[in-house]
Amino acid sequence: MLTIKPSSGPHTGSAIGVGSIMRQVIYALLPATAFGLYLFGWPAVNLLLVTLFASLAFEALCLKLAGKPAIPALKDGSALLTGWLLAMTLPPWAPWWIGVLGAGIAIVLGKQVYGGLGQNLFNPAMLARVVLLISFPLEMTTWADVTPWLTESAPGFYEGLTITFTGLSNPDAVTGATLLGHVKTEWLQKHPLSESLSDFGTLNMWLGMARGSLGETSALLLFAGGMWLLLKKIITWPIPISMLASVAVISGLFHFFDPERYLSPVMHLGSGALMCAAFFIATDYVTSPNTPLGQIIFGSLCGLLIYMIRTWGGYPEGAGFAILLMNSLTPLIDHYIRPRIQGRDRRGRPLEEKMIKGER
Amino acid sequence: MIALLQSLRIRGGIHVNEHKQATAGLPIDDSFPLPKRLYIPLQQHVGKPAEPVVRVGDTVFKGQLLAHSQGLISAPVHAPSSGTVADIAEYPAPHPSALPIRTVFLDTDGTDTVQSGESATDPFTLEPEEISLRVASAGVVGLGGATFPSAVKLNLGRQNKIHTLLINGGECEPYLTCDDRLMQENAAEIVDGIRIMLHGMETGRAMVGIEDNKPEALKAMRTAANFHPNIEICKIPTRYPMGWDRQLIRYLTGREVPAGGRATDVGVLMHNVATAYAIHQAIRYGRPLIDRVVTVAGGAVANPKNVRVPIGTLISEVLVFCGADKTRTGRWVMGGPMMGEALPFADVPVVKATSGVLALTGSEVKQGEEQPCIRCARCISVCPAGLLPVDMANRIRNNRLEAAVDIGLKDCISCGSCSYVCPSNIPLVHYFKFAAGELAARQQAKHKSEQTSKLIDERNKRMERIEKQKAEELAQARAAKEQSEKADTTI
Repeated sequence: MLTIKPSSGPHTGSAIGVGSIMRQVIYALLPATAFGLYLFGWPAVNLLLVTLFASLAFEALCLKLAGKPAIPALKDGSALLTGWLLAMTLPPWAPWWIGVLGAGIAIVLGKQVYGGLGQNLFNPAMLARVVLLISFPLEMTTWADVTPWLTESAPGFYEGLTITFTGLSNPDAVTGATLLGHVKTEWLQKHPLSESLSDFGTLNMWLGMARGSLGETSALLLFAGGMWLLLKKIITWPIPISMLASVAVISGLFHFFDPERYLSPVMHLGSGALMCAAFFIATDYVTSPNTPLGQIIFGSLCGLLIYMIRTWGGYPEGAGFAILLMNSLTPLIDHYIRPRIQGRDRRGRPLEEKMIKGER
Repeated sequence: MIALLQSLRIRGGIHVNEHKQATAGLPIDDSFPLPKRLYIPLQQHVGKPAEPVVRVGDTVFKGQLLAHSQGLISAPVHAPSSGTVADIAEYPAPHPSALPIRTVFLDTDGTDTVQSGESATDPFTLEPEEISLRVASAGVVGLGGATFPSAVKLNLGRQNKIHTLLINGGECEPYLTCDDRLMQENAAEIVDGIRIMLHGMETGRAMVGIEDNKPEALKAMRTAANFHPNIEICKIPTRYPMGWDRQLIRYLTGREVPAGGRATDVGVLMHNVATAYAIHQAIRYGRPLIDRVVTVAGGAVANPKNVRVPIGTLISEVLVFCGADKTRTGRWVMGGPMMGEALPFADVPVVKATSGVLALTGSEVKQGEEQPCIRCARCISVCPAGLLPVDMANRIRNNRLEAAVDIGLKDCISCGSCSYVCPSNIPLVHYFKFAAGELAARQQAKHKSEQTSKLIDERNKRMERIEKQKAEELAQARAAKEQSEKADTTI
């Protein structure tokens, strides 16, 4: 029985593993995903499956090319999670090749070329999303109408296959703009918010009964998933809280001074993309800073960038760009923000503590 | 509010799975049968090994001096029982390497005869220096695991005029309950030991830190310290590694010991509760340190408990006494599972540092394939020293040891919190220990090559000088010869 080679302590450990972490993140995504699939029906199911399968296939291919065993790496669930997160951020009725191409970009260019798990600079899912958005603006901004499962307007199984694999025949009839997109185009036509927002219900927006990405419509379900991850200690509070707080504070200030031009914090936080980014994308271990202070800086700057891009940028949604930009700053933040070593000052010199005279 | 402020003083740390319930409620077992042969290593402490004063064949009494201490930092070793010295030879040490060290083999005669009647003295009539001397001659060392000679620390405390003596009753390692039991059963003796130490260090105040997972020990110690207002019993949170002296000093006093400095720099010193008990025994009754309480636990042990065993007992015998199943044992550990040492085999002796003997099953031992680091930063958030374990390990892996030192490798205390929480099973502590050893080896090699080149230089100079001298002598001789020849010719 004594086959284990004696080694340094500790001789015991926590049960947590890479696989269990990835699994729990996927569990936390389940409610929002299920709701997205319910809203957008068979085409969304097809797109999710295609993206997941493609992610696993690209991962296996890369590992094989690198001469590494594929099965253990596939088992850790990281490729599945990347594919899942990517699918969540895609337009639900996007064609199959968007999913496959996205998975390829995420896994090959976003992860494996850097050396695989833990080595990448950018969040793979966000990298893929942004590349797709820039390369295929039409497909990436065609937002399907909400057609809940079992309602008359919902596409059937075969119709779903047609939408995913051959494309929409008359996109204009069944698609429209997202809230943020709508507000942006309306503002360009000099329509104030009180006009452009007259049709939108805030509650529906928070619940997610609105056009949007496959798994990003329901801010509430994403928030619930995020809270579960916090409770399970898979993620820590600094990034999500600082990110949401910075968006809330900045948008609150602008909204206070010009409510006709700037959306309220309630609208900003209610956009599922921000919730998803705050709890699931920005908290990616590999591409975010290591220390709580670094994470707060990272999160608040992410929030600031998201707000700036949404409000003044060319795109209605800025989460992807903001996170990629901040990913590139992560090594810099980690270089300058380090914990203070016990018994030393911030610069690493030993403390000059002396016994205080009166103490004795 | 104060508790909240104090909890801010704790850095990092982890909540470990304690595994203490199996042994914490059972009394210390005093019925361990005297082994036929004891193996008493001459080095059971930090510093120089002890030098034997007995010879093979000598008959010794229980408590008789076997080997005296050498130098300033050392400790003597005494006979744990009466019997005959069978041999003084090399025997494997309780260490992962199991390298042999000088050991006294003692065949016990079963009578446990004590040399002379135990001498009872009132310690408070003794001079403080005398306390240190007696503690030194009783061979008392830090029993928390560090085994630093206690008398040296008492002197340090007195010379540096410390204001508070801190007593570590944290026992934060999982499985171990020997200090817990000692506090529950011998609280009065421990408090007496603390008072003797205070007298020996000429210090007024003592604080005892006990983790809040030991309510019985807290109660017993509070009762025992009731009439001694200068001894404060403090409840501390259960959080590994609370027993690290710097962590406990910071929690109890709010002071941080400077890197590279000593606890005395901030006016405190720390001893373990078991050391206080040993000092009580040494001063009150003149009993040297010849036995200790050992926690025997682990999944492969049928009857886990605390046992009082003579120093020098083979760990394998203690395990058999507690019903350990060899076939189910995946790893033997001496000490706790966090910082203890894995033993390649169990036929090594119990020493003064042996707080625990664990026979862990395969499923208790953390194993599993090492996976890539996912930079989850758990290691950083749990590091009590404020280090970046992930970055240090990366630098070591790339053979950039100096770069690892730059970000604090030397401030690592090997507490193992980082490895404990790592989801990728990266043996971080192993990297750090390797790097520390490798750096020391390089330093030594460098020193050696410098010495060698210095010797070569000196030899070259010497040879040159000799050549020169020879040449001069030759020239002189020639000159003398020429002169004498000249003289000859002139004649």
